[in-house]
Amino acid sequence: MICVENISKSFNGRAVLRDVSLEMQEGETLAIIGRSGSGKSVLMKHAIGLLQPDKGRVLVDGIDIGRISYRELRTVRRQFGVLFQGGALFDSMSAFDNVAFPIRTFTDSTEQQVRDRVLRCLDLVNLSDVGTKRPSELSGGMIKRVALARAVALEPRYILYDEPTSGLDPHTSTTINNLIKGLADQLDVTSIVVTHDMRSVLSIAHRVAFIHRTRMHWVGDIDALHRSEDRTLRAFVKANEYAIGHPAQAYS
Amino acid sequence: MAALEQRLIRPLYSLGRYALLLSKGFTSLGHFSVYRKNLIVQCGRVGIDSIPIVALAAAFSGAVTTVQTAYQLVSPFIPPSVIGAVVVPSLILELGAVVTGFILAGRVGARIAAELGTMRVTEQIDALEAMGLNSIGYLIVPRIMAGIIMFPVLYVTAVLVGVGGGLAAAVATDVVSTGEFIRGARENYLVFGPMFGLIKSFVFGFVITSISCYMGYYTEGGAEGVGRSTTQAAVISCVYILLSDLVLALVLL
Repeated sequence: MICVENISKSFNGRAVLRDVSLEMQEGETLAIIGRSGSGKSVLMKHAIGLLQPDKGRVLVDGIDIGRISYRELRTVRRQFGVLFQGGALFDSMSAFDNVAFPIRTFTDSTEQQVRDRVLRCLDLVNLSDVGTKRPSELSGGMIKRVALARAVALEPRYILYDEPTSGLDPHTSTTINNLIKGLADQLDVTSIVVTHDMRSVLSIAHRVAFIHRTRMHWVGDIDALHRSEDRTLRAFVKANEYAIGHPAQAYS
Repeated sequence: MAALEQRLIRPLYSLGRYALLLSKGFTSLGHFSVYRKNLIVQCGRVGIDSIPIVALAAAFSGAVTTVQTAYQLVSPFIPPSVIGAVVVPSLILELGAVVTGFILAGRVGARIAAELGTMRVTEQIDALEAMGLNSIGYLIVPRIMAGIIMFPVLYVTAVLVGVGGGLAAAVATDVVSTGEFIRGARENYLVFGPMFGLIKSFVFGFVITSISCYMGYYTEGGAEGVGRSTTQAAVISCVYILLSDLVLALVLL
């Protein structure tokens, strides 16, 4: 379980997160939503120790990751798979080698075992035929899917998704959403999805955390989201529906 | 007041962060097999790929030094062998290392800063860290090691090619014969000279690669930030080459 306790973070004197607390339960898919620049990605990066809070702490399975050595932190991080906003594929490597990288680095697998595992991961994201291509030869959706294959290569317990559908067309977004849902079911992982795409939220999330103006404004499950009378939350969801032209039933 | 404070604190902050970067890289490296392949690749990029430009610059430096020395010194009262006696030690003590250093500050330093800077702004460094890898150890240590290993090799290449260029220019312009040039070089040969040059090239290798890695690793702000880091890496490396050149001369000679 990941537990964020009262964290605050500022950059150059500008507060990005203030006193934010959140619990991410084992096996659930939690969506962190909010406007651009509201601190969603910053919160996600705290969960894996890529950023250190100015105040508060982050516990991963009861371990305060701000108080352990760098070596121990790296061990904790190996339980995570992360899909970054732009994919963050290593552009000096082919798609195959990108997926193979964590396997070769952290396991003693033979080259045949690496190959089998990479092909299995690429197959999971329906991209078994792009192995030899470089990231520059792939489309935005393909990059995200290869990055997803890399994120699950070591069968992590937690998968963090940073804006998995941003910049993608609706069809590719649906494909990515289905993949996230499918992976959560198949691999039984805890998923944390940072997004402002409500269609994505409604199709994959069990629970939703809404950050507004640097603070955790609202947390609840999808049913509670539908029933919520919170004006700020409703305004955010409505604006999103207007943008995607696809109103959710509860707000129509 | 705040600006003054910023001006005073900023260099100290950078120095501290630079020291922490190096210590974090070298103290938690993990298994060498993870870095071996990257080290070999970087040795190729830093060293082997730089040989043509270093050789070209060294050949012209040797030739120009010879022609200018001849212009200044040759007279009926000075033996022609003086040209060899001036040109060869100059190349061994100073030009071989410094010319190589300047070229590599531009070629290797800028490349390292641009590579790491791009990796930073596209979150590739975050991706390495998120996997549980020591990104500093994986990305920076092999580049610095490659600099330390390959710069002395490039220095030796530069000196040999520079002497060859100087000799060729001397013979082509008919200011001194091959025999006289070599005799002058041998008579004024300083035993410590090549050792001093090797120490300098070793230090320059570290200075250029570590500064460039630092600039690239801490790049901020997209394409503009990458451009800024790249320029700063080349410029600051050149400044520190000059500084360390002076310090080494004062300490070791």
